[in-house]
Amino acid sequence: MPPIRALVVDDSSAMRRSIVFALQRMGEVVCVEAQDGIEGLKRFVEAQYDIVLTDINMPVMDGLKLISHIRRGSAPNRVPIVVITTESAVEDRTRAMGLGASAYLVKPVQAQQVVEAVRALLRLGGSG
Amino acid sequence: MSPPAKGLSEFVAEANEILDLLGRDLLVLDEQRRSELDPDLVNRIFRGAHSLKGLSGMFGQDAMADLAHAAEEVLDRLRLGKIEPSAPVVDSLVEALDALQALLSEASREGHEGRSAERAKLLANRLSSLASFGPPPSSDELDEIGLPAQIRAVFTEYEEHRLKENVRKGVPLWRVRAAFDLTDFDVGLAKVNDALKPLGEVISTLPSAEPGAGSGIAFDLIFGSKSAAERIHQALIELPAKLAPLSGQPAPAPSPVAEEKAAAEPARKPATTKRHRVSVRPRRPTEAPPPARVELPRLHAEEGPTPTERREPDLSLRSLTQTVRVDIRRLDSLMNAVGELLLIRANVQRLAESALAAGAHAVSKLWGQELSRECRALERKLDELQTGILDARMVPLGQVFDKLARLVRRLAREAGKELDFAVSGGEVELDKLIVEELSDPLMHIIRNAIDHGVELPDERAEHGKPRRGTVSLRAEQRGNHVVIEVSDDGSGLDESRIRQVAVQRGLVVADQAQEMNRRELQNLIFLPGFSTARSVSAISGRGVGLDVVKTNIANLSGIIDVSSEAGRGTTLTLTLPVTLAIIRALMVSVSDRTYAVPLNSVLEIVSVEGSEIRTVERREVFSLRGRTLPFMRLARLFALPERPLSRHFVVVVGLAQERLGLAVDELIGQQDIVIKPLGGKLRHIPGIAGATDLGNRRTVLVLDIGALMEEVISPERRAEFI
Repeated sequence: MPPIRALVVDDSSAMRRSIVFALQRMGEVVCVEAQDGIEGLKRFVEAQYDIVLTDINMPVMDGLKLISHIRRGSAPNRVPIVVITTESAVEDRTRAMGLGASAYLVKPVQAQQVVEAVRALLRLGGSG
Repeated sequence: MSPPAKGLSEFVAEANEILDLLGRDLLVLDEQRRSELDPDLVNRIFRGAHSLKGLSGMFGQDAMADLAHAAEEVLDRLRLGKIEPSAPVVDSLVEALDALQALLSEASREGHEGRSAERAKLLANRLSSLASFGPPPSSDELDEIGLPAQIRAVFTEYEEHRLKENVRKGVPLWRVRAAFDLTDFDVGLAKVNDALKPLGEVISTLPSAEPGAGSGIAFDLIFGSKSAAERIHQALIELPAKLAPLSGQPAPAPSPVAEEKAAAEPARKPATTKRHRVSVRPRRPTEAPPPARVELPRLHAEEGPTPTERREPDLSLRSLTQTVRVDIRRLDSLMNAVGELLLIRANVQRLAESALAAGAHAVSKLWGQELSRECRALERKLDELQTGILDARMVPLGQVFDKLARLVRRLAREAGKELDFAVSGGEVELDKLIVEELSDPLMHIIRNAIDHGVELPDERAEHGKPRRGTVSLRAEQRGNHVVIEVSDDGSGLDESRIRQVAVQRGLVVADQAQEMNRRELQNLIFLPGFSTARSVSAISGRGVGLDVVKTNIANLSGIIDVSSEAGRGTTLTLTLPVTLAIIRALMVSVSDRTYAVPLNSVLEIVSVEGSEIRTVERREVFSLRGRTLPFMRLARLFALPERPLSRHFVVVVGLAQERLGLAVDELIGQQDIVIKPLGGKLRHIPGIAGATDLGNRRTVLVLDIGALMEEVISPERRAEFI
């Protein structure tokens, strides 16, 4: 199986590291990191990804706008997007899902949850 | 999520960075409190608390997460205009920050949760009660703007609030459509942001579904600004951005109207052309640009500047977030590598020199020249490397200054004193190690200034001074040194009291105390055990005096000096080297052995006649411009055979306020050296700071000036020399 290409967008480097660490449990993963929505978008248009994992509250441009652009931009893209955020309110979840997020995880999040969400979205087997 | 094994240190580093920024921003918030708040600032503080909450939760630091959460709630309401930035709110936030810092330092020691957790819980409760204050003012001005649903869908509550605020204040809203190539849109967008920010508030950056052209990408920036359309236009003139009033405008998402509108725009050009003409018109034809605002004179420091137009300091604050965190251990290993390279250079140099000297054969001479040329190239490269690495170690003093500013706020309140804290030179950079080590001494000096320097408001009024005192902290780079001054406009040092105490405690003999000039007398306050404070407060406490400060500064190869004028105030001046990693040394020879004297402690070199050396109480001294200095023969100190000389080269070294003359046989020259510590049993040899390798396979000992000072000016003899 070719490695999974993941884009991890979060303004906290420790958080990105943790997400990457979780993804690496799944086997070979190529992770590209970005620290805000604009950088995330930049990385996104530069390459193809199998999955995008993004925070919502970030400087410069937030995750909602990143999702919106990926889904409804000039070249709409159906890549699975996992939101990992501390925003736990129902309306935040509804809004993100409404814009096209594929999964919504609330921090603090277990590595297993991330792995399961990604597996489900990529339709991978349980053992990876 | 279970973080990687080394997760904790990473967590601590990042949390620390967030807390530092929060501290800095909260101070600005406190200053702005009585005027209009800068929304970007409040939002940044909110995001800091928010990030910290997420981060702490992730790493199982629940006490921190809970407190950060409580602070975040308050900040959220603050940024949404639901509560006012009252003194209790700001104070609680500052306190929460202190508590978070305490929790973090407990976490970094991996200790169990101590008292800080308890305090954090109380604070969190207090913050929660603050957050529940006040009903949310609600009105939906956004409906009036007729903002399209597509935009509102991606707007956060905060962005909506900012939009409403701008509408409420009658600030014209604009839509700036910026189109870029895919390859560099991040850079382009940053430029547009930089151009707009001085003129107003960028409320939101929306990716636009309509590509700039071809393979490009476009953004709609929702921008609120009171500036005249012409001015915004001017700011954007070099950028691929178009300005249009927001009201009643179509959504950035694809809609037939938008496309039509864009097509009708005469200035539309392919994305390859970076310049677009900007079509401008005010929001309503009747709305003239606002009249120039008249700046009212600022009465108090805390009134702060008005936030409508962004100020310079904001920019410098921002740039700090872009600094790269470098692990000091990594730098240290780089430092070692540089040390090795210097060694190689010196080896090559030696080869070249020997070949040139031997030069009987033309070939070998040629070889020598070539080698020497290589050597010069190597030296240039090394210089670059050295500079680069030293730069990487440099951090702005502002890091410490910000922490101190927070402390001052608290101390002044506790001491019942009114004061302004003026800081300048926070951008001056010093070696990370020095900056870290400086915070305690500076804190102590500032505590002293607040506790013993600045008088109580009533007392100040009696002396015809303004009730508010000023403590200022200034840093300035002078060559290879950084000078930091802490001054207060308080009562100044009481010289007769210093004299009295010094004599009482046997620090000086009464006669000498009378003869001392003012500067010498004032510098007595740095002697161990000296304290003229009549009352012992919670702030300064007992026992820790300025002598500790002096020792700390001396450990950093620094010098401390005091000057004071009765009734006018006191200034303490710290002079520090910019770095400790590679130092420049004066190479001297004593009985054919070479020693290195750190150049930063060398004040001057004089030639002294044998006849000028006198003996006072079994110790040799000499006079330098009327001042008596101890005369130390290095040969004698290290038990080496002494050369009979009629004239001595004397290297006058100074550390803190003390001076000492070192007699040497010869002066060899200056050289950059990397000090390596001596291992094992040799470590504790007095007078030797370490060793350095000069490259010609010769190890040279580096003198420890501080220890030599101690050797000569031992406490019981101090009175003779000062």
